Amino acid sequence: MAAIKVFGHPASAPTMRVLLTLHEKNLDFEFVHVDLMGGEHKKEAFLARNPFGQVPAFEDGDLKLFESRAITQYIAHRYEGQGTNLLPADSKNIAHYAIMAIGMQVEAHQFEPVAAKLVSEQVFKLKKGLTTDQAVVAEEEAKLAKVLDVYEARLKEFKYLAGDTFTLTDLHHIPTIKYLLGTPTKKLFTERPRVNEWVAEITKRPASQKILQ
Amino acid sequence: MRTILQGSLLPPPPIKLSHSSLLFSPSHSHYSNLKFTTKSSPSPPTITMASIKVHGVPMSTATMRVLAALYEKDLDFELIPVDMRAGAHKQEPFVSLNPFGQIPALQDGDLTLFESRAITEYIADEYSEKGEKLMCPGCNKVKAITKVWLNVEGQQFDPIASKIAFERIFKGMFGMTTDPAAVQELEGKLVRVLDIYEARLSKSEFLACDCFTLADLHHLPVIHYLMGTDSKTLFESRPKVAEWVKKITARPAWAKVVDLQKQ
Repeated sequence: MAAIKVFGHPASAPTMRVLLTLHEKNLDFEFVHVDLMGGEHKKEAFLARNPFGQVPAFEDGDLKLFESRAITQYIAHRYEGQGTNLLPADSKNIAHYAIMAIGMQVEAHQFEPVAAKLVSEQVFKLKKGLTTDQAVVAEEEAKLAKVLDVYEARLKEFKYLAGDTFTLTDLHHIPTIKYLLGTPTKKLFTERPRVNEWVAEITKRPASQKILQ
Repeated sequence: MRTILQGSLLPPPPIKLSHSSLLFSPSHSHYSNLKFTTKSSPSPPTITMASIKVHGVPMSTATMRVLAALYEKDLDFELIPVDMRAGAHKQEPFVSLNPFGQIPALQDGDLTLFESRAITEYIADEYSEKGEKLMCPGCNKVKAITKVWLNVEGQQFDPIASKIAFERIFKGMFGMTTDPAAVQELEGKLVRVLDIYEARLSKSEFLACDCFTLADLHHLPVIHYLMGTDSKTLFESRPKVAEWVKKITARPAWAKVVDLQKQ
């Protein structure tokens, strides 16, 4: 009976962030499927786990969490000795940790809002039988290009975003990147050599392969 | 309009903001501080004892977030203004501090940081023994709950609340008019967030735990602006939220940040 439970949906990028982290750490957990189509995430039982009515929610024993990036950070710290280290190599070094923290904020505030719109327009809308708004795609791709230019420069200096090792900063990008690679937006990644290499590295990891079908 | 909403919220310069002006020179090491190479300060040399420099402006919500943390910790620092109207934040030397061309950036000795919420976390960790404690005392589990509410501010509250502040306050400063329909839609979303806060604050004195933490502090700049508008009723009509707003805005460190705006 696993102490760790994830309440989510396999197609949800935030859920995938948490699953990736658990796989990287080789942790046992139970996945509890939340029926998004049936509106389960907006019903009382789930709202008790996440009042914002969004997947994923998480449990480790009596600790209950939500917000994927809070969950991944908890896992990375709590299980620091296990599996892949997802914190900077010298995790007690506050300056190194701050550099990783910058990267996590950049993913959350600069990358994801733009990238999520592109996924919504080009993937989710189609699943709902709606059409892609190409004007929105063009506008958002222009913004994403500028973010990726900064990433390209960064990755020329370091193998990964926070330094020379894979950390949560890189991991948090994987689910949304996975979606974008299945759309024309893929070109923004492939036309930047270091970004392209980085994407290949992070998506070929065994944990990534487990959740990226 | 998104250009104005990204990063810190403040009146846009009268010149057209152009993303293409985010210059990047490959010869600059953007946050290569892992090597701790000494970086020459991009601003004109000043004689100062403060090892902490904040590049930003007091009107900017993101800058205010960092200033609040510095005041809570009683730390000496120098505030180096960035000429937003001239677009200085989108050019060298500022983009060497933050390649995303947004204020604030912080220098502490050789270390250069950006993203206000990464900066405040650094301040809380590096100076944990000084001034006010800005994280909940405790082990992994308690820290995790703090991270939840830090993420709530960043992912649930700020995207909505900062847009309302933009509509009600900053658009006017730039000679644009508030869009009442947009405000109404945004307030409809904000009240759902504030209902959740009301429930949370009925169980916990502050958002993360029973002490004031960064999770509360990060809200201060945008709440400060909204409380000067009709949107204040959304906060005032929820008793626990109202009490919390009163408590956090009454903090002496916050009063110092607000004072800087008057100078």
